[in-house]
Amino acid sequence: MNEPILSVQNFRKAYGDFVAVSGISFEVQRGEIFGLLGPNGAGKTSTLECLEGIRQPDGGALNILDIDPSREPRKLHNLIGVQLQTSGLPGNMQVEEAMRFFCAYHGISPRLDLLERLGLSEKRHSQYHELSTGQQRRLALALAVAHNPPIVILDEPTAGLDVGSRSELHSLMQELKRQGTTLILATHDMAEAEKMTDRVAILLRGAIVATGSPRELTATGSGFTKVSVRTEQSILHQNNTSFPSVSQHALKDEYSIYYSTDPGPTVSALLEYISVQGDKLIDLRVERPSLEERFLEITNNRGLS
Amino acid sequence: MTAFANHFLFEFKTGLRNSTSLLMNYLFPLAFYAMMGLVMTQINPGFKESMLPAMVIFVGMVSTLLGLPGPLVESREAGIYRSFKINGVPALSILAIPALTTVFHALIASTIIALTATPLFDALPPARWGVFVLLTLLTAFIFGGLGALIGVISNGARSTVLWSQLIFLPSMLLGGLMMPLSILPKSVLPFSSLLPSAHAMQAFMGLAYGQETVLDPVVSVLVLLTSGALAFGLAIYLFSWDSRNAARRGHPLLALLVLIPYLLGILFA
Repeated sequence: MNEPILSVQNFRKAYGDFVAVSGISFEVQRGEIFGLLGPNGAGKTSTLECLEGIRQPDGGALNILDIDPSREPRKLHNLIGVQLQTSGLPGNMQVEEAMRFFCAYHGISPRLDLLERLGLSEKRHSQYHELSTGQQRRLALALAVAHNPPIVILDEPTAGLDVGSRSELHSLMQELKRQGTTLILATHDMAEAEKMTDRVAILLRGAIVATGSPRELTATGSGFTKVSVRTEQSILHQNNTSFPSVSQHALKDEYSIYYSTDPGPTVSALLEYISVQGDKLIDLRVERPSLEERFLEITNNRGLS
Repeated sequence: MTAFANHFLFEFKTGLRNSTSLLMNYLFPLAFYAMMGLVMTQINPGFKESMLPAMVIFVGMVSTLLGLPGPLVESREAGIYRSFKINGVPALSILAIPALTTVFHALIASTIIALTATPLFDALPPARWGVFVLLTLLTAFIFGGLGALIGVISNGARSTVLWSQLIFLPSMLLGGLMMPLSILPKSVLPFSSLLPSAHAMQAFMGLAYGQETVLDPVVSVLVLLTSGALAFGLAIYLFSWDSRNAARRGHPLLALLVLIPYLLGILFA
């Protein structure tokens, strides 16, 4: 880690008068899963497509493994694996045929094991247009990683997938990370980003508004940590006692819920109070604010919600 | 198997799997051939003398001019070329392999016609079969280049049809396929000389059948060779991976440069 494998400096991309990305900068370290987050139209795909060498940037410097994708895109094809947001395959191409086709251009033997791993071996003679959305996504991923590239770029990889397929895809991503592959994941699914990524950059209207690990980002917001407490005698229901750092209090079912800006002192004070009152703790849950809540907070602050 | 062989095999199968390609490569040209053999030879017995080259040229035109550009445009619009580019598929393969497989399908259909036209419809066989085969390859080459060029410069299905028909329809009417150039009005000849089908027909009749021709068949061969090479060259030069990407090497109207050999042919014929 701590070795940049990809860097973006002051990158800009415009389509006519519309500025899709306005001077963003970030670095991705070797072996990490880096998330590019943002709503539709934020500039994620434009950024990725310039990194992949299929679009020309209008300004700034891009670098992948010491290669400038805008100048030497051909050098990239064995070094990166890309799952595009759009299909990218001819409708009449069969699953196994696609694997053989792309592996031949990468100069490797066809990775039929990946079709088995991603549950596509039964569909190996089906044409691309006959596959479900989930199967098409899985095939795109299999093709992206077949040549074992050091960097894999995934653009909305789980969009339209069912729970099982999503879970299988996540486990494959983790396996790639364990093997040392660097993954760049563009998504607007905050839960997925929180679960899968080491660091994220949040893009809004072509600008990066926050970067850091999901934990760092959720910790730096003004969001409250939710502390839910249930006791045997429901002593907290009967008394309107105030606790440190708590700004809101609510009752739901048999739980007292406290919204705290600093959960450590809040939990200590609650446990002491329950003990002093002679009540007995049954359940205590501490829930940090989610990345999605932090994301919404950022967009609200910028008047973008 | 090599990348080229894999790609070629896939594109060849596409010509059979895709119903539109199957129609353009085999069903339509062979059905038209059968109809011409049954009807036209009865209406105009003289047609038997030129039926074989006329039908071979027709097959080449339908497969390449009408059948090739559409899939090229559709693939570009669907982002398939972007995916190909990322995975290291060269632009030359993207253009050349579909053109080559389309030409291959056209040659299969042409072979069917060449083998059946005489026994079935009493069509006149060529005096020189070797020259006939070479000219068939040349015809497929020129139309393959034009089909690829139309696919590259068209920005949608509508303009593909427009450009293709701009060559196809005059070729049918003024290219000497249905009626010889010798019976067309003299004022029409310069227009005919701008059509590859007219030069192909003159080359077949002059060199493979040893008949008198309106245009010099050797000049026609040179025109076809240079315009075919020019069409492929321009198609490669003007090729773009992605229609949404503004960057382009040249204006599509540069494709009109393909007319230069025909204009020179008019001057030197």
